[in-house]
Amino acid sequence: MGSFVLKRSLYSIISLVGLLVLVFFLSRLTGDPAALYLPVDAPASVREAFREARGLNDPLIVQFGDFVWNLLHFDFGESLRRQRPAFDVVLEAFPWTLCLAAITMSLVLLGAVVLGSLAAMNVGKSFDRISSVISLAAASAPDFWVALMAIFLFAVALGWVPTSGTGTPWHWILPVAVLFIRPFGLILQVVRGSMITALSSAYVKTARAKGVRQRAITFVHALRNAMLPVITVAGDQAAGLLNGAVVVESVFGFPGIGKLMIDSILQRDFAVVLAAIMITSLAIFIMNLLIDLAYALLDPRIRY
Amino acid sequence: MSDHVLQVSNLSVEFDTGGRRVKAVRDVSFHLDRGETLAILGESGSGKSVSASAVMNLIDCPPGHITSGAITYRGRDLLNMSEAERREINGRKIAMIFQDPLAHLNPVYPVGWQIAEAMRVHGMPADQANRRAVELMERVGINNPQKRAKAYPHQFSGGQRQRLMIAMALGYDPDVLIADEPTSALDVTVQAQILKLLQQLRDETGMGLLMITHDLGVVAEMADRVIVMNSGQVVEAGTTRDVFKSPKHPYTQKLIGAVPGQGGIRTGKIGEEAPILKVEKLNKHFGEYHVLRDVSFDLKAGETVAVVGESGSGKSTTARAILRLDDPDNGQVIYNGRDLLAMNEKEVFKLRRDIQMIFQDPTQSLNPRMPVYKIISEAWSIHRDILPKDRWRERVLELLDLVGLKPEHADRYPHQFSGGQRQRIAIARALAVEPRIIICDEAVSALDVSVQAQVIKLLDSLRTRLGVAYIFIAHDLPVVRDFADRVVVMKDGIIVESGDVEQIFERPAHPYTQALLAASLEPDPDARDAWRAAQATVQPSVQ
Amino acid sequence: MADTQTPTLAETHSPPGWLRLLWADKYATVAAVFLLFVVAMAIFGPSLFADLSSKVNFRGRNLAPFQFEHGWLMILGADSLGRPILARILVAAQNTMTIAFFAVLAAGIVGGSLGLIAGYSRKLVSDVIMRLADVIMSFPSLLLAVIVLYMLKPALGNLVLVLAITRIPVYLRTTRAEVLEIRERMFVQAAKVMGASTWRITFLHILPMVLPTLLTIATLDFAFVMLAESSLSFLGIGIQPPEVTWGLMVAQGRPYMAQAWWLSFWPGLMIVLTTMSLNLLSNWLRTVLDPAQRWRLEGSKETANV
Repeated sequence: MGSFVLKRSLYSIISLVGLLVLVFFLSRLTGDPAALYLPVDAPASVREAFREARGLNDPLIVQFGDFVWNLLHFDFGESLRRQRPAFDVVLEAFPWTLCLAAITMSLVLLGAVVLGSLAAMNVGKSFDRISSVISLAAASAPDFWVALMAIFLFAVALGWVPTSGTGTPWHWILPVAVLFIRPFGLILQVVRGSMITALSSAYVKTARAKGVRQRAITFVHALRNAMLPVITVAGDQAAGLLNGAVVVESVFGFPGIGKLMIDSILQRDFAVVLAAIMITSLAIFIMNLLIDLAYALLDPRIRY
Repeated sequence: MSDHVLQVSNLSVEFDTGGRRVKAVRDVSFHLDRGETLAILGESGSGKSVSASAVMNLIDCPPGHITSGAITYRGRDLLNMSEAERREINGRKIAMIFQDPLAHLNPVYPVGWQIAEAMRVHGMPADQANRRAVELMERVGINNPQKRAKAYPHQFSGGQRQRLMIAMALGYDPDVLIADEPTSALDVTVQAQILKLLQQLRDETGMGLLMITHDLGVVAEMADRVIVMNSGQVVEAGTTRDVFKSPKHPYTQKLIGAVPGQGGIRTGKIGEEAPILKVEKLNKHFGEYHVLRDVSFDLKAGETVAVVGESGSGKSTTARAILRLDDPDNGQVIYNGRDLLAMNEKEVFKLRRDIQMIFQDPTQSLNPRMPVYKIISEAWSIHRDILPKDRWRERVLELLDLVGLKPEHADRYPHQFSGGQRQRIAIARALAVEPRIIICDEAVSALDVSVQAQVIKLLDSLRTRLGVAYIFIAHDLPVVRDFADRVVVMKDGIIVESGDVEQIFERPAHPYTQALLAASLEPDPDARDAWRAAQATVQPSVQ
Repeated sequence: MADTQTPTLAETHSPPGWLRLLWADKYATVAAVFLLFVVAMAIFGPSLFADLSSKVNFRGRNLAPFQFEHGWLMILGADSLGRPILARILVAAQNTMTIAFFAVLAAGIVGGSLGLIAGYSRKLVSDVIMRLADVIMSFPSLLLAVIVLYMLKPALGNLVLVLAITRIPVYLRTTRAEVLEIRERMFVQAAKVMGASTWRITFLHILPMVLPTLLTIATLDFAFVMLAESSLSFLGIGIQPPEVTWGLMVAQGRPYMAQAWWLSFWPGLMIVLTTMSLNLLSNWLRTVLDPAQRWRLEGSKETANV
């Protein structure tokens, strides 16, 4: 297990370094960084001062060296807009996203596993057909559109919930509901598929021959075997949420990392973007380790 | 009502496949009492497993459903019973074990838990069930059961897994144990052990044993009575001795006639000429594991050398080395005076025309997306100098004819053929390059007995007509008895014995060869009785 | 004799066979018809409705849908400049489909080729390719697109490029996994024994087995790419006005949400319907291309005839 974690860490660090290098060179090579970082109407003197202060007049290789050196100290520089260390700005936004992702994924997993198992037990019957259509529609809906429609319907027209913000628990309902839909649809399909496979497997036949009840067969024998592919897909979806549900967070004015990232990109605040990428990559890395751990717990044949 | 413990009367089962109704079982009747063994004998698709599944309520419906007939257990009608009542009988009164124990054990739960579950679901308290599970594991011959109960199925060997399945079935001393091909996936020596265990358990507990098998040897070894099934119907029923000694139905006669190892042994027609292929001191390691140790043998023109061994014996590794699919660590294979292991790519390419291979499972060795014509003619588009393109079609038809297929088969796809036909296509493909040596890697072991006999006959006739030499790899001795000239017996990467067929079968010198021979079941109840009598007097040499 | 009996399943590789199999799955049939309609729109829409869709008409601003007196083009209402929404949807189909099509095509070809190479080459090459895929995968694809587009200026070509790059790993991993599995199969071994070159094995034996899987994934991915493009356009860094895609239309309707829901509703609905259809078609393809599953369709076909 130890060497496995080490190997995974190494791969992740390679990936992360590749990413940061990519971002660095993209931001340096596609034109004058000052033009990227500063507003269009900034006077030439300000641009020059900005360049000098940030070492943008140094050779590229020196700039890159500084960039890497600062990264190693978790120093991403100052946020241009907020006049605070970029890292602090990101650390403030991250818990919101983490919380949103955790709540959403718990509900998604619960709903998808229960409904998917029931659908698999009733293949071809009306429950299965209805849940198939619902999951398909859910998996096909673009979240920004659903968000707009939900705001219109539930916040504007019916006035049941607030349109945006984070003040009360009521504020969480719409973002969670909108983020719930696509992962729910996708995972429900996966659960159904892998439960059908598991329920037609030979060991289920054995359990029936032993006289085990159908409910125990489904939820004790089949479900645990069917969970591996489900966890894989759930991990991908959770990673998507951790990366910040960019669109949904912006639409609902939710102060999470997704909104922060898109705002920072549009406001040319690259220090914040880099810090945000670091934090989310770290979070996703930890989550992937947990998923691997879950694999090993669920299936004794998997050993690292 | 009947007095029998288990009575199946006029059972018919249908399946909906592809919109067609297939009658998998038609009007089948049999009965079983405590203390006796009944065998249902049949080839694949005969409906033997479906009949047993019906008893256990394991037929998936849809697509399958029971259209008529009755199944009674001690006079109680199993087919008109509530789910709950049926569950009470399953696993408690009637238990079942299956062919592939790895697939039939749940991979994610400890085996002890799974054995105990069979008792817990019928109301036994958990701690008592756990204790009994350990006892049962000990009874079926698992060492250190207390500790092994916590292990998972993949941590056991094939034979041990089948023992675990048996333990799982014994929880409540069932009246009936149904064993569906319980030993088909196992090595012959392990098969013998499992069959022996089943016999002992039957005698101890007095249960009735229903053996479902395709293997006449197993029937002769185990059964008091036998019913023979073919395409869903019972074609013959009777005591094992009657059915074997005087089979009445033509199908039974054919089946018994097709059993390998009853023809005459081939005797030394091969002269003293120099061998065309010499395998010398092959060695290979997979990590710590020494899979080949100084393997040496030779092959003369037109001769058949059988390489026999159980799984892990290194026989397939040897074949792959000769074919240059895997390289051994050291050793030589001399062909035409040259070490073919030292050949460069170009020379190996030429060598392909001389040495060909036929694989075990023709379903997998033919590209499913190519028609037969392309499968066979591919050889000539690889080796362009063999045949001009305008003669391909003609030659494909010739080859199809040679292996006993029809011209119109050339444009069909592999999935449109039966297993035996597919193996004929694979043989035609190998013949396309006119090889001098063909390596048959378990080429008939995936086929039904009657088909097996036909394919071996075909290989035999090709040997005489074309002068091909065979290296015939098998896990079982009887198959090679009336086909091979010489036999090489391998175990754990070592050749333990080699010699003429006659010598190996009549005067086996090495204990392992003796064990293999003893474990190969004679499809003859008298031979079984004679063997048992001999065993009783001599000290037991077979483990 | 068991050896000589011929299995009865008829070969159904001919085009009418495919149509019959499609007809057997009613959902997939509807999906296919709808997609044909969308493709037709994408091809002919702009040339037929380009003028109408850009005609500003201030009297018809935010005209509500289902009013028949303004002509059939106004049936879905009009946008904030009084342009008919139906016409705009028909025209926007072209950009929406073109971007997704070329992004999927490029990702499929590049990813598929890299996957073939990774699956059939030495460990080192394969490792490098896989790590590269990891880097792309580990990055949030939407953010990557946002950053790159922000720096490269949003244009149709760049959009295609960015979307293609983010999708390459999907094809790469699938192809490699399939190649690794297929190259161990017996018929590949048989070809090797016959003396077949790596080239022949890769392109004549392995590729035909992988293609159906890639096709199934591509169908599904088309939907995904379309959603991604819509999100980018919605965020304002995808396609720029006066060009238009469905995603952009949804974004343009956003400020008017409270008064005129239909501005965003209809283009969004088109996205949903197209995505659903692609999903259904992909499911059908998976069933048809899997011989073990295909009987379901063949079966229902025959019972339908009874």
